[in-house]
Amino acid sequence: MNNCTERIYNGLVKENPTFVLMLGMCPTLAVTTSAVNGVGMGLSTTVVLVLSNMLISMLRKIIPDSVRMPAFIVVVASFVTIVQFLLEGFVPSLYDSLGLYIPLIVVNCIILGRAESYASKNPVLPSIFDGIGMGLGFTVGLTAIGIVREFIGTGAVFGQQILPLADAAAGKGGYVPVTIFILPPGAFLVLAFLVALQNKVKNNAAKKGKKVPESAGCGEGCASCGNSACGGKVFPTGNEK
Amino acid sequence: MKELLIIAIGSALVNNVVLSQFLGICPFLGVSKKVDTAAGMGGAVVFVITIASFVTGLIYKFILSPLGFEYLQTIVFILIIAALVQFVEMFLKKAMPPLYNALGVYLPLITTNCAVLGVALTNVQKEYNILQGVIYGIGTSVGFLIAIVIMAGIREKIEYNDISESFQGTPIVLVTATLMAIAFCGFSGLI
Repeated sequence: MNNCTERIYNGLVKENPTFVLMLGMCPTLAVTTSAVNGVGMGLSTTVVLVLSNMLISMLRKIIPDSVRMPAFIVVVASFVTIVQFLLEGFVPSLYDSLGLYIPLIVVNCIILGRAESYASKNPVLPSIFDGIGMGLGFTVGLTAIGIVREFIGTGAVFGQQILPLADAAAGKGGYVPVTIFILPPGAFLVLAFLVALQNKVKNNAAKKGKKVPESAGCGEGCASCGNSACGGKVFPTGNEK
Repeated sequence: MKELLIIAIGSALVNNVVLSQFLGICPFLGVSKKVDTAAGMGGAVVFVITIASFVTGLIYKFILSPLGFEYLQTIVFILIIAALVQFVEMFLKKAMPPLYNALGVYLPLITTNCAVLGVALTNVQKEYNILQGVIYGIGTSVGFLIAIVIMAGIREKIEYNDISESFQGTPIVLVTATLMAIAFCGFSGLI
């Protein structure tokens, strides 16, 4: 059981997909206009991640190595479709606000990355906990960004008004929301400061001689992810030699 | 005709795929160091998205929809796109070596570019017919091309600037993207 708690700690803190590995940037930027959307997207991804890790780990000895990427994609796409229908049926408001980004969970680097690097090599139980850890790490990351953007952009958190808004017509002073933070440019700006902060921490740690985990993926662009985990190997191209 | 023009301009400039829909962020940040590689990537994306939106449109209209299999769209589309990219790569290698040399290295990366799947799914969601779908695909991918080439041009200049330590690398690129996104907000009055 020790191994399982270690997996969760790993996903939440040590290799947090949002803050440390910088994976899955597209949904991170797109859906974090409010904290609620962040939680919803994070949990949907978690469910898909746990289920696909479980199934891929079960099938890891059956799937031939040469077709593993298409097989993983089919598994992930099936679970995404199931989650999509569940959301449409039971949480229609969230379904509407996440929209296109639910089916796009399929191409989220986190899921294929974990399938490739962990679930296809490890037994079922640790793989499930790896999914839970990574998924919760992603949820925490999205929620944190969502809270920042929603707070600055509207003065509210989780839809609860924290700062009283200014009302020029009534001559009432108060918080003037910086609307740009809930518009697309705000997403880039918040992420820029987040990565800068992460660089700062890493640089300080490096000066003290500590080892820091490398960011594996989309921080440097999914180009690296596309090469190693997803695109490059979806079907063997014969160019690898 | 007017309607098609509105779809094209709307998808290329007003709702720019990278700067307002956040699709294809990864290649946008990863392959935008030099103008010519950025243009190569953009060209490959235009090529693949145009073909993909046509093929997925055909398959949805003539296979999935008549048989009542609409719910399989995500699975079917991602497999079509993966196979299509592979096929395009093999075809170009045999038939058009110069084009292959220009675009070849970028093609495998495109499978996981969420913009391709995004366009295919949006076409279904907005109930576009095949012609409208292809126009939307071309518009979107040209929008991607514009954004990534501008970004690469700016990044080549940034190379010479003195940037504080923490902001070197990805953060300054994201700040640049912020300013570009603000600029592209200006197009919203266009249609």
